Amino acid sequence: MATATVAATAPLSNGFLLRRGPNEGAKSARGLQWTKNHRQSPSSRRFGAAVITAKFDLKPPPYPLNALEPHMSANTLSFHWGKHHRAYVDNLNKQIVGTELEAKSLEDIVIQTYNNGDLLPPFNNAAQIWNHDFFWESMKPGGGGKPSGELLKLIERDFGSFEKLCEELRAAAATQFGSGWAWLAFNPRPSDGKELLVVKSPNAVNPLVLGYIPLLTIDVWEHAYYLDYQNRRPDYISIFMEKLVSWDAVSAKLEVAKAQAA
Amino acid sequence: MAFRALLTRRTLAAASGLGPNGGVATSFRGLQTFSLPDLPYDYGALQPAISGEIMQLHHQKHHQAYVTNYNKALEQLHDAMSKGDAPAVVKLQSAIKFNGGGLSDLICWVMQAGGGEPPKGSLGWAIDNNFGSVDALVQKMNAEGAALQGSGWVWLGVDKELKKLVVETTSNQDPLVTKGPSLVPLIGIDVWEHAYYLQYKNVRPDYLKNIWKVINWKYASEVYEKECP
Repeated sequence: MATATVAATAPLSNGFLLRRGPNEGAKSARGLQWTKNHRQSPSSRRFGAAVITAKFDLKPPPYPLNALEPHMSANTLSFHWGKHHRAYVDNLNKQIVGTELEAKSLEDIVIQTYNNGDLLPPFNNAAQIWNHDFFWESMKPGGGGKPSGELLKLIERDFGSFEKLCEELRAAAATQFGSGWAWLAFNPRPSDGKELLVVKSPNAVNPLVLGYIPLLTIDVWEHAYYLDYQNRRPDYISIFMEKLVSWDAVSAKLEVAKAQAA
Repeated sequence: MAFRALLTRRTLAAASGLGPNGGVATSFRGLQTFSLPDLPYDYGALQPAISGEIMQLHHQKHHQAYVTNYNKALEQLHDAMSKGDAPAVVKLQSAIKFNGGGLSDLICWVMQAGGGEPPKGSLGWAIDNNFGSVDALVQKMNAEGAALQGSGWVWLGVDKELKKLVVETTSNQDPLVTKGPSLVPLIGIDVWEHAYYLQYKNVRPDYLKNIWKVINWKYASEVYEKECP
């Protein structure tokens, strides 16, 4: 099963991906209706002087910040969730206030501002909020082990074995150069009958923009592991697979994905 | 490849004062391989702007890995070319580009040996001309460095054809020359998280503010004067 790489911009040239980089894409907003309009948004209220609009909240992980120790420290969670994830939320809220994006769901904002690879400014924040919400859910205290039931069946059908899946996921996570993510995703319309696939993506990009349904993710931005593992990304990936991954969460997401696809 | 020229022993010794063991190891099977050059200063020399812990990790682990992988990729490229294996040659391009990032690290070390005194002479004059003042340049580079999403570099470069100064960012380990074939780097600031995270955590703007205390303007001036005599 080939690993797909999601590029920040579409063009493929000479067999390797040429990326203009998300910064450049974000500078050109041509062709899309994302503009600041100055009408009062329905979710804001004027009480005296201050207008308070906070469309998105910072969702806490489904466990206390120290629950993943010693594999992922409370220190890491306090920065990763408390600073990085929080900043994405605060910044997106600031970016979308007074715009048509305020009325949309997070997922809709991600897809719309991906803009077929010509990224609009809110994409980075929106996608990173989505990705991080999903990342916390991909882990649990006492994680690791093996999947079972329907999930295991599909893994064995599409990868040959659970071990082969792990190999591919680790390789994708280890070889995503720079900042990014590795994913297990569900393809609702596979041309080859294989619904499960491993995907790696740079920076904030995620498989939603390719029309896939994410099932599991590992964050390989350096801030995800540097305090605990420094440069040793492969060690972090191994610990993630052996001690952190929540196959229960993956099974639950698979059920939803299959129901959606049916 | 433009950046290979920068790695000759003579250029390194002249531009950076690195010792004879720094930089290039010579041929093995007709293939030139590279070695990790020593820093021209102790790991702790840039404190408190950059901690000794970061400098050691950055140099001994990250930079070393780029050199190792670059050599591996070069060897594989050599094999693929001698076998006429075109798909393999193409595939190795990205490995070489990624790991040629060792070159960016090399420039980074040289560029950070200074005490941060502002540039005089023709570079100082050119900065005032192009940006208004050194402060304005610093603000611009810090803003672009902070806004860079993911991993990358922010550069002050000189276009040796147009004789103009430019501020550019590149993604990941892409060298400055990918933004213009006549661009020569004068200052490079690494904004990969590994360059600052242990000390500054998520606060990249603080790292950017402080790094200017150790920028090597002397080196930048020398390169500028060479390209714009």
